[in-house]
Amino acid sequence: MSLLPLLGVLVVVLGFAARLNPLLVVMAGAIVSGLASGLDFAGVISAFGKAFNDNRYVSVTWLVLPVIGALERAGLQERARDMIARIRGASVFSILCLYLLMRQSAAAIGLNSLGGQATMVRPLIAPMAEAAGEARLGALPEKLREDIRAQAAAAENVGWFFGEDVFVAIGSILLIKGFLEQNGISVEPLQLAVWSIPTAVLAFVIHATRLYVFDRRLVRASRTAPEGNRA
Amino acid sequence: MIGIGAVYVFAGLVFAVIALLSAGDSGNPKRWANTAFWGLFALSFLAGDYLGDFGNGLLVLAMVLIAGTVGLGIGKNQTTTVQQRGTSARLYRNKLFIPALTIPVVTLIGSFTFKHIALFNPAQITLVSLSIGVIVALLLARVLLKQPIPAAFQEGRKLLDLLGWASLLPQMLAALGAVFALAGVGQAIGGLAAQAIPGGSRFAAVAAYTIGMAAFTAIMGNAFAAFPVMTAGIGLPLIIAKFGGDAAVMTANGMLSGFCGTLMTPMAANFNIVPAALLGLHDRYAVIKAQLPTAFLLLAANTVLMYALVFR
Repeated sequence: MSLLPLLGVLVVVLGFAARLNPLLVVMAGAIVSGLASGLDFAGVISAFGKAFNDNRYVSVTWLVLPVIGALERAGLQERARDMIARIRGASVFSILCLYLLMRQSAAAIGLNSLGGQATMVRPLIAPMAEAAGEARLGALPEKLREDIRAQAAAAENVGWFFGEDVFVAIGSILLIKGFLEQNGISVEPLQLAVWSIPTAVLAFVIHATRLYVFDRRLVRASRTAPEGNRA
Repeated sequence: MIGIGAVYVFAGLVFAVIALLSAGDSGNPKRWANTAFWGLFALSFLAGDYLGDFGNGLLVLAMVLIAGTVGLGIGKNQTTTVQQRGTSARLYRNKLFIPALTIPVVTLIGSFTFKHIALFNPAQITLVSLSIGVIVALLLARVLLKQPIPAAFQEGRKLLDLLGWASLLPQMLAALGAVFALAGVGQAIGGLAAQAIPGGSRFAAVAAYTIGMAAFTAIMGNAFAAFPVMTAGIGLPLIIAKFGGDAAVMTANGMLSGFCGTLMTPMAANFNIVPAALLGLHDRYAVIKAQLPTAFLLLAANTVLMYALVFR
């Protein structure tokens, strides 16, 4: 077994750490790994080209962007904000915790498509969370508003990742079952789904607690923010 | 039959329109870089199957060099002002949510029902459903909200320009994963991990497996790539064969430990890097930073959980 192909991993890790352009980093990593494994340059480019073409479905998600853009043009983000601003007592914590719960529950019963960074978080959840923060704390500096948006994206990821495995027919459960079968071990998808529940509960408890702490930090930060920074 | 081929043609046409709109945008100092980039994206969707492996390789190399050296600009397009959006929001009120929820709802319904219709290829039904959801939502935006279709493409271009290089990163990383697999990166890491395990203790074996899953997932950007390597290298020989652990508990928990790694890494670009760009965050790692404490706490909790449950 050769360790040389790991050089490509090293290139990628260092490139990302140095914040170089990620496309150049990935291409360089692929070329280094491929050359280290004995392919020639044309061979590496061909291998990468084939894999790139096979994975076009990954980029199909961008088709939603014209729709989201058109709706934002018509005031979707503003409507989401208005709705939240009218709810008394809404906070960044309550909005994001509720979204986390909904996203995780929906994924747990197989409703995976009810979410998404482009379709839900950018046009709806992030503006709602910002509006809730500003309704309670007044205008917030840009840095804090960016922090709120980052937390909205994080709630989407945590909810999805740790909800979907509770559903029996999801890809990762089927992958596990297939792998174990190849190794002569038979498990039922339901067993795997059931044993995913403890982690799902822990994920919700941990992340909801962190959202609560984040909200408290926002309250403190908004009090100490110098007036001049307020938008 | 309507399958992924039709979806790629649709995507190719959308990207071609984006390229043409970029070419006509004299307010963008890098308009020709944008035109070439989105044009090559369109070419890949429309003609990728005819270009050959080397041709596709050159295509992606050109896209990378354009975005990585010249750089992409952000186009200027006519759009509504904040005031106009506020007025429009008060006019249409909750009607605005109807097209927005159309995409997930049609995708969901389509995923469950279209496979029973002979017209559709059941293999890639989710992406077909998504594309149909997009078309229905565009029409609803036209009818309910009076949004002209050309304006939708201009707004789509604005969002794609906001993404810039990040729009290509998820597909690039998927391709990188395939090249890594071809080069034997997985076996090399699995071999290293198997050597690094301290013998003897049950807890050490469990921790090596959960932490190994998270770390390898962080490197590959994908728990599915890490799972077979780590489970064959550590899980099966140690936790199950040597210590008699339960396979269902170990693998379910192991996969979720991998997902903790997904939360930590820029390699999982569509979850961690793309949202930072979509939300206009100045720090491209801001979403990862928001997730890191959850990822580490949950990984620790998961390790204890597996130790408590797997040897019952």
